Amino acid sequence: MTDQDQQLPGVVTGLVAIVRRDLLLVWKRPGDVLNPLFFFAMVATLFPLAVGPSGEQLQFIGPGVLWVAALLATLLSLNSLFLSDYEDGSLEQMLVSSVPLSALALGKSAAHWLANGLPLVIVSPLIAVTYQMSFFAIVVLMVTLLLGTISLSLLGSIGAALTVGLHRGTALLSLLVLPLAMPVLIFGARTVSLVAAGDGIAGGLYFLGAYAVMILSIGPFATAAALRISNE
Amino acid sequence: MSAQLTADALTLFRGDRCLFKGLSFALNSGELLLLRGSNGSGKTSLLRAIAGLLELESGTVYWNEVAVRKEPQIFQNSLVWMSHQPGFKGDLTLIENLHYEASLRPQSNQELDEVLNRLGLNRLKRLPMRSLSAGQRRRVALARMLLADAELWIMDEPVSNLDSEGRVLAMELVGEHLAADGMVIMAAHQDVDIDATVQTIQLQ
Repeated sequence: MTDQDQQLPGVVTGLVAIVRRDLLLVWKRPGDVLNPLFFFAMVATLFPLAVGPSGEQLQFIGPGVLWVAALLATLLSLNSLFLSDYEDGSLEQMLVSSVPLSALALGKSAAHWLANGLPLVIVSPLIAVTYQMSFFAIVVLMVTLLLGTISLSLLGSIGAALTVGLHRGTALLSLLVLPLAMPVLIFGARTVSLVAAGDGIAGGLYFLGAYAVMILSIGPFATAAALRISNE
Repeated sequence: MSAQLTADALTLFRGDRCLFKGLSFALNSGELLLLRGSNGSGKTSLLRAIAGLLELESGTVYWNEVAVRKEPQIFQNSLVWMSHQPGFKGDLTLIENLHYEASLRPQSNQELDEVLNRLGLNRLKRLPMRSLSAGQRRRVALARMLLADAELWIMDEPVSNLDSEGRVLAMELVGEHLAADGMVIMAAHQDVDIDATVQTIQLQ
């Protein structure tokens, strides 16, 4: 029991372990993931039915509707991100573990994105077809959603960590996350719209990429700090 | 290697109420610190504060003469924390839970199967955690402590929910840990019969 022969688990080991655990939990309880996905599909497919079959109109509103639905679906899934860990005491075990908390926070965000963000990206082309979007527009939509949902998962983790100790923090969580998510929504939806207009899209994609990288570099630390405060 | 945990003038308030003020102690390898006090006297809060889960009003905890607040990671590498809530995932099986836990902290060289056998958990290995009773979950929490390579065990009423056999076993494990130069801080209502240096803190 000396410090010399102590094998410390590495940052990557801890990160992989928590991603693995969270995905395993999703696998055993798929409802938590399917609900937001179903919400996204429902909202997005109801619009064409309500607005009417005019192709021009659908192409015009398509990017905005899809992006709003994706944003709301992500918000819906964020509330439960840390809740069960908080309630069953596994969050406490993470706080006192040998793995840096920011690595575990990054793992939680990554698992959230794999379970919630990625399915949205995969499903989006099917729904985009109902808006009569061009092939190129659909590809751009997928890329913007890919970059955007990464930002949203990381951003949402901070909000979820801050509100986990509060009862019914859902409204507060949305209030905290939405202002910071606005740039993602605006650039995401506008970039897809620009395709239809025939304008350049590089600027929008660059912005979304830069935003994702920025949040990737500060999000896990902010989430870790918020978790410490919430668990007191 | 001998280690030392020192607390210097710890003070903690919960709301307006002062739970403890100017509390100091020094704990060496092979010693047990027992916290006593009625319900709500702040035993759990003190344990959480030592583990670094709760911010102290004032005072410092030192691990091997280094302030824990300065080097939290070094301290956390040497501790396992057993709280009221076992901290396991109900949907995962016992073995999946322990495999995940193994990635969280340094592991001792004890065999998983031996530990499970000793705690009487071997036939529950493949069951989801939620189907285990509260006492069985406590036993799994004990398994976590045995599997970790940590000098300091912080335990919040470790024998609650355990049957009489389990209580004896838990105390046996604590005794062995102390004999192997470990340290234990424990909140307990029962008397403990352990052959080691025992310090007691009575909380009002």
